[in-house]
Amino acid sequence: MKNRALAIPHIVWALVFIVIPICFVLYFAFTDDSGAFTLMWVGQIGKYWGVFARSLKLALIATVICLLVGYPMAYIISRCNWLTQRTLTMLIMLPMWMNFLLRTYAWMTLLERNGIINNFLESIGLISEPLKMINTEGAVVIGMVYNFLPFMILPLYNIMVKIDNSLIEAAQDLGCSFPSVLRRVLFPLSVPGIINGITMVFVPAASTFVISQKLGGAKNMLIGDLIDTYFMGGEPNFHVGSMLSLVLMLIILICMAFMNQDDEEVML
Amino acid sequence: MGSVPIIELKDVVFEYDGERVLDGINLSIRDKEFVTFLGPSGCGKTTTLRIIGGFMNAKSGEVYFDGKECSSVPPHKRNINTVFQKYALFPHLNVFENVAFGLKVKKMPNDEIKKRVSKMLELVNLKGFDKRKVNQLSGGQQQRVAIARALVNYPKVLLLDEPLGALDLKLRKEMQLELKKIQQSLDITFIYVTHDQEEALTMSDTVVVMKDGVIQQIGTPQDIYNEPKNAFVADFIGESNIIDAIMVKDFLVRFQGCDFTCVDKGFAPMQPVDVVIRPEDIKLSPAIMGMKTGIVESVVFKGVHYEISVDCDGYHYIVHSTAKQEVGDRVGLSVDPADIHIMQRLFADDKNTVYGEVTGENTVEFCGFSFERENLSLPEGTRVQLTIYPQDIEVVSEDIADSKAYLESLVYKGKHNELIVWMAERQWLIHSQIDEQVATDIGIKFDFDKIEITPVLTDEEVADSEK
Repeated sequence: MKNRALAIPHIVWALVFIVIPICFVLYFAFTDDSGAFTLMWVGQIGKYWGVFARSLKLALIATVICLLVGYPMAYIISRCNWLTQRTLTMLIMLPMWMNFLLRTYAWMTLLERNGIINNFLESIGLISEPLKMINTEGAVVIGMVYNFLPFMILPLYNIMVKIDNSLIEAAQDLGCSFPSVLRRVLFPLSVPGIINGITMVFVPAASTFVISQKLGGAKNMLIGDLIDTYFMGGEPNFHVGSMLSLVLMLIILICMAFMNQDDEEVML
Repeated sequence: MGSVPIIELKDVVFEYDGERVLDGINLSIRDKEFVTFLGPSGCGKTTTLRIIGGFMNAKSGEVYFDGKECSSVPPHKRNINTVFQKYALFPHLNVFENVAFGLKVKKMPNDEIKKRVSKMLELVNLKGFDKRKVNQLSGGQQQRVAIARALVNYPKVLLLDEPLGALDLKLRKEMQLELKKIQQSLDITFIYVTHDQEEALTMSDTVVVMKDGVIQQIGTPQDIYNEPKNAFVADFIGESNIIDAIMVKDFLVRFQGCDFTCVDKGFAPMQPVDVVIRPEDIKLSPAIMGMKTGIVESVVFKGVHYEISVDCDGYHYIVHSTAKQEVGDRVGLSVDPADIHIMQRLFADDKNTVYGEVTGENTVEFCGFSFERENLSLPEGTRVQLTIYPQDIEVVSEDIADSKAYLESLVYKGKHNELIVWMAERQWLIHSQIDEQVATDIGIKFDFDKIEITPVLTDEEVADSEK
C-alpha cells in the first residue's frame, strides 16, 4: 500500500510530540532526584484526593449542563434548512475565534464583587449587597460550560444531521408524541454523538487550570492547577507533577473505556 | 366497497415558498378502495399524501377522515399509517422491534404484540427474520418490514409513498401483485403514490392523474387508459399518437385533411380538439386497403410486438404490430371509429389571441413587448387584437430570447411538439421541434413580422371576445 507513506508526517509528529513526552512523564514519575527508580511519589498522591474529587465533580456538572443545553440546540439546528444550519454552526463556533484567556477574563469582570452583574442588580435595586459569585465552584462551572459548550453541540449536531426526517415522521406515524419520539428514536440514534460530546467536554474540563485559577480562586484549586504549580510554581517538583498527570490520565482513560464500551453495544 | 367516503379533500390548496403546489384538490376516497395518485415528479401527489397523513397542513381547504374534519389532528393521533419512500426503518431496532414499534407505543401487552407481529411477518413472507438487523436485509425485505410495521397497527387507511421505487423491475412486479393481494385480504383502504403508469394501472381500483397541483382525471384504470380526458393524460398513460384535429360535428372529426367517423359527441361544431389513437389500435394493411397510407420509417422489436414508426404525409405514427414490416415499404393504416378518442385541447384555441395598443407611429405594444410594423396607419392609442400562430414563436436559448417563459407541458403531436408556456400572466401555445424539460424556464422569441394585427373598437368588445 503506497498510501501508507502519506501517514509518515503524522507518525513523526506523534513520536516527537506525544510519545517521547509521555516517556519523559513516566520517567519523572518513577525516579527520584538522582534518577533511581522509586515508588515514593505514588504515596504523595493520597493527600490530593480532595482536589481530584473536586475536579471530577465540577467537570461532571459542567458536562451535564452542556448536554442539557446542547442537545436541544443541536436538534433544532439539524432540522433547519442548509443555509440556516451553516449560519447557526458558525455562530456557535464564533466565540472560539476569541482568545481563550480573554474570554475567561471577560467572565471575571462579569462576576466580580464590583463586576457588571453585581452593579446592574444593585442599580435596579434587586440586591442591597453584592452577591458572591467569583471564586466559587459555580463560577468555575460557568466558565467551563461557556468555553466547552461548542464541543458538545458540534458532535451532537454532526450525528443528528444524519438522522433522516422520515424516521421522526415514521415514529409519529406509528403513534409517538414528541417526547416519545425523543425517547424511542432520537436519543438511541444520537448516542454516538452524546458520547463524543461528553468526551470532548469532560476531558478538557477535568484537566483545565486557567478557568479555575481565574474564576475559582485559591480555594477551588483543580488538579490542573496543582500540576501547574508543581511544574511552574516557586518550588517545582517535576516528580510529583508527573505522577499527578499520570493519575489524571489514568482516570480519564478509565472513564473513556466505560463510555466506549457502551458505544459499541449501541452500535451493534 | 363502502359508499361512505373514508377520506375527503375539499378545495385543498398548498403553497411552498410562495409557489402553489396544490391548487384546489377535490377528492373523495371510498372505504376499502385502492387509490393511486399518478403524475410526474413535482405534480403534488406526494404533498397530497402528506396532507392526508398529517405531516403537512394545507393553506386552505378541508380534509375529512371518516366524516370528521381532521386538519388539526397531529399524525400520531390519526388512524392512518404510512409506508415511506425509503422505508424509514429504525436502524437501532431489529425486524421484530421495528414491526412491534407502533404496538409498544400503544402499550399493548407483550404476548399480544408477539402474536400480532409474527402474524404480520408471516403475511409479508418474513417468517423467521425477527432477530435480523434491518440493515442486513435486501431492499425487497426492508420494504416488507416497512409494510408490516404499518399494517400491524390495523390502520383504516394505509398511505404508500412510491414504496417500490428503489426495487428492481422483477421484484417490483412481484411486490405489486403482493401488495394488491394484501390489500384485498385485509380489506383496508390503500392510497398509493407513484409516477409509474403501469404500476398504477396494475394495482388500482381508482387512478387519480395529477399535473402541476391539479387533478387531471379520476377514473378506473380502464377509463384512464381508454378514455383519457386530455393530451397530457393520454401522453402520460402509455404511448399514444396525439394529433391536432377539428370536430366537424358530432361523430365526425377532421384531421390530416380527411374526415373520420368517431363515437364522440358534445363538442361545439368546428371546435379544435386533440385526437388520441393508441399504437396498438392502428391496423397495418397493404397500401390499397388502408384509410391512409404511409411509409415505414423504422421497425424495433420489443418482444411481444414490433414498434413501427410510419410517416404519413409528414405525421409520424407509432404503431404496435405483431407482424413485421420492412423499412421503406408503403403500408395502409386503418383505425376503428371506437378507437379514435377525442379530447379537449389543453390549450383551447389553435392560435394565440392577445390584445395590445398602438403606442406610436408604427409601434405596437402587447403584454410588455413592443414591435414596429411599417405602414401600420393606425392612430396612436388604438386598441388592437393580435393573432400569433403557434409556429411563429420560437424556442431559443435564454440569452437571445425576447422573454423567459415557464414550460407547463410538452406533447408530441405527430409532426411537432406542442408546448404550453406561462408568460406575462397567460398561457401561450407554441409549436416547435425542440424537446425541453417540462417545469423549467425556456427562452422564447416572437416572429413579429408574422403577427396579424386587427383594430378593435371598444373595451366592451374586448371583454366580449375574451369571454
